[in-house]
Amino acid sequence: MTLTLESACEMHPQVALRPEPFGALAYHYGNRRLVFLRHPDIVRVVRNLNQYPSLQAALEGENIEASRWTSFVKAISSLTTSEIIRVR
Amino acid sequence: MSASSLVEQMKSGLDAPICLTWELTYACNLACVHCLSSSGQRDERELSTEQAKAVLDELRDLQVFYINIGGGEPMVRRDFFEIVEHSVSNGIGVKFSTNGAFIDEKNAKRLAAMDYLDIQISLDGSDAEINDAVRGEGSYATAIRAMDNLKAAGFGQFKISVVVTRHNVDQLDEFKALADSYGAQLRITRLRPAGRGADTWNELHPTNAQQRQIYNWLLKHGETVLTGDSFFHLNAFGEEQIPGLNMCGAGRVVCLIDPLGDVYACPFVIHDEFMAGNVLNEGGFTKVWRESDLFTELREPQSAGACASCGAFDACQGGCMAAKFFTGLPLDGPDPECVGGDGEVLLASVPVALNPRPSQDHSKPRKDTVSV
Repeated sequence: MTLTLESACEMHPQVALRPEPFGALAYHYGNRRLVFLRHPDIVRVVRNLNQYPSLQAALEGENIEASRWTSFVKAISSLTTSEIIRVR
Repeated sequence: MSASSLVEQMKSGLDAPICLTWELTYACNLACVHCLSSSGQRDERELSTEQAKAVLDELRDLQVFYINIGGGEPMVRRDFFEIVEHSVSNGIGVKFSTNGAFIDEKNAKRLAAMDYLDIQISLDGSDAEINDAVRGEGSYATAIRAMDNLKAAGFGQFKISVVVTRHNVDQLDEFKALADSYGAQLRITRLRPAGRGADTWNELHPTNAQQRQIYNWLLKHGETVLTGDSFFHLNAFGEEQIPGLNMCGAGRVVCLIDPLGDVYACPFVIHDEFMAGNVLNEGGFTKVWRESDLFTELREPQSAGACASCGAFDACQGGCMAAKFFTGLPLDGPDPECVGGDGEVLLASVPVALNPRPSQDHSKPRKDTVSV
């Protein structure tokens, strides 16, 4: 699913994050998918998505520079395939 | 971070394993000729229920998301359900391997009622003749009955786990059809010369032509079957890579806890040389995983040795450490099943009598032999 800056989304409630040197491992207990989050910034955004009304608000709130937003939207969109992220 | 640098990162180790196998007991009702852990009889030093639960609590704190339980036959343990329930209720999903002998109607219903539980039924032939030759008389019927019970109980998608041998390699399509008929998922793994498999590997391991057959089959079906990442040595065939991480995870992302609590680098190297410590020692599993000399060493860059000049090394990574070790080959050289044939040449020069023997043997005494 392709998300936009306006999308309101959240980490799936059945997902757990485990910090690792490269970022974190995300595991979905429902579909047993294991996904690598390869940067501490993306980990922080994913973890806190549900506290913000939109993806843009999350990126602003977590102090992600605007120049990186496009790649963050793409990365978070790709996490909907494994249902690590879902639309609220 | 690119995919390859992620693999590099994983080679240098994670804070906790991704894939942890825990053999709960050496006791088994079967005596498969290729058993990786030479199982048969229970060892009186096996972890108690309380010790096992303490290990699970530690794994919970490490955020190990799931464990693979095996044996022996894990369901032989009287506290099997207690251990599994403790694991699942602490957020550690369980996938367990079984020959199915204890999955009667009642247990199938109990299993079907649990969350975060996967079951792997071992089957090494798509018919009784091929299967029972390896796993023992009646074991095919036992596995089928277990699968029927799971299906009737509404368990959902279980897995059928096949060790690919010279004799069942032509049955891959039939295994897939069998799995499909149960709504199950097929898992195929590589035969390793570990445990009793050290004695039967020569007769059972696929020929080079058959390895090409496995590679082609995986290119076609790889996305729909599980492999435990065990066939990466076949990538040296070259044209295309089979799905998976394509690296040896031993001590890096994978490890084994044996029934006594001894921690080994992977399920295929139950040998003193690959034992990193014991979960009962001070610091527990965490200290073994993070600080043991063996695991630290395995996370250092490994030498390609004799394979350094081979153009296929990037694809096959020199293959499987355990397969080399138990066939007496140097660890920094070709895999015994090197698809380029280099392993076979080397094997011919290794006197079989000098191969390392598995460090433990819990096989049941054979009735037709007398010890002297």
